[in-house]
Amino acid sequence: MSDATSMKTPMKRVRGLGSAKTGTDHFWTQRLTAAATMLLALALVVVLASTVGKDAVAARAVLAQPLVAVLLLLFILSGVAHMRIGMQVIIEDYVHEEGAKVIALGLNTFFSAIIAVVCLFAVLKLSFGG
Amino acid sequence: MVMSIVHRITGAALYFGTVILAVWLMTAATSASSFAFVHGFLGSWLGQLILVGYSWALLHHMFGGIRHFVWDTGRGFGAHERHLFAVLTLVGSVLSTGLIWVVVYSVR
Repeated sequence: MSDATSMKTPMKRVRGLGSAKTGTDHFWTQRLTAAATMLLALALVVVLASTVGKDAVAARAVLAQPLVAVLLLLFILSGVAHMRIGMQVIIEDYVHEEGAKVIALGLNTFFSAIIAVVCLFAVLKLSFGG
Repeated sequence: MVMSIVHRITGAALYFGTVILAVWLMTAATSASSFAFVHGFLGSWLGQLILVGYSWALLHHMFGGIRHFVWDTGRGFGAHERHLFAVLTLVGSVLSTGLIWVVVYSVR
């Protein structure tokens, strides 16, 4: 809607943030998780890649180190939050049929939640044992 | 334009590739024999090819994301800057992927 035809002033639009009342939280979360995921990935990528070619026992020992485990937990939380929003943007851009869009958005959330919980559970179990 | 769609493609590849991380971590935590199989596959030539590709996608997406951070400040929208971003993203992602795997193989 152009300003010429709208009854709303620019200030009204800024304060109201549109009819949904929110609008910038995904934008901001995507920037924060991008920065966090980038720093964590740079810290983890060499550690994780260095387990390639090691035997399984040595690889598990690396994953159970406290610093590696904490970085992994942060990486999983940040990365999954980031990828869920990113996939939502892709779905909203390309899937226009309402039913398919709702289903795709739901599956996106399910997939993200499953990946997050499986990874978090596994890292915690590797550290705490049992 | 092309870099924008590659940013989405690498993002989507990273998204589905998290299944590899989840399976790797879960088998490591729960089953020695399953983990030996999964870890062994990732150590094979095919597995390492997938991991090199995955790390490249991650780094390409990272450089594309840094480009977005610059754009967020309102700068870098000119034709020359956008071309420079594209070159830096491509060269940077390939060089940094190579560097990581050289480091990995040399510290092993």
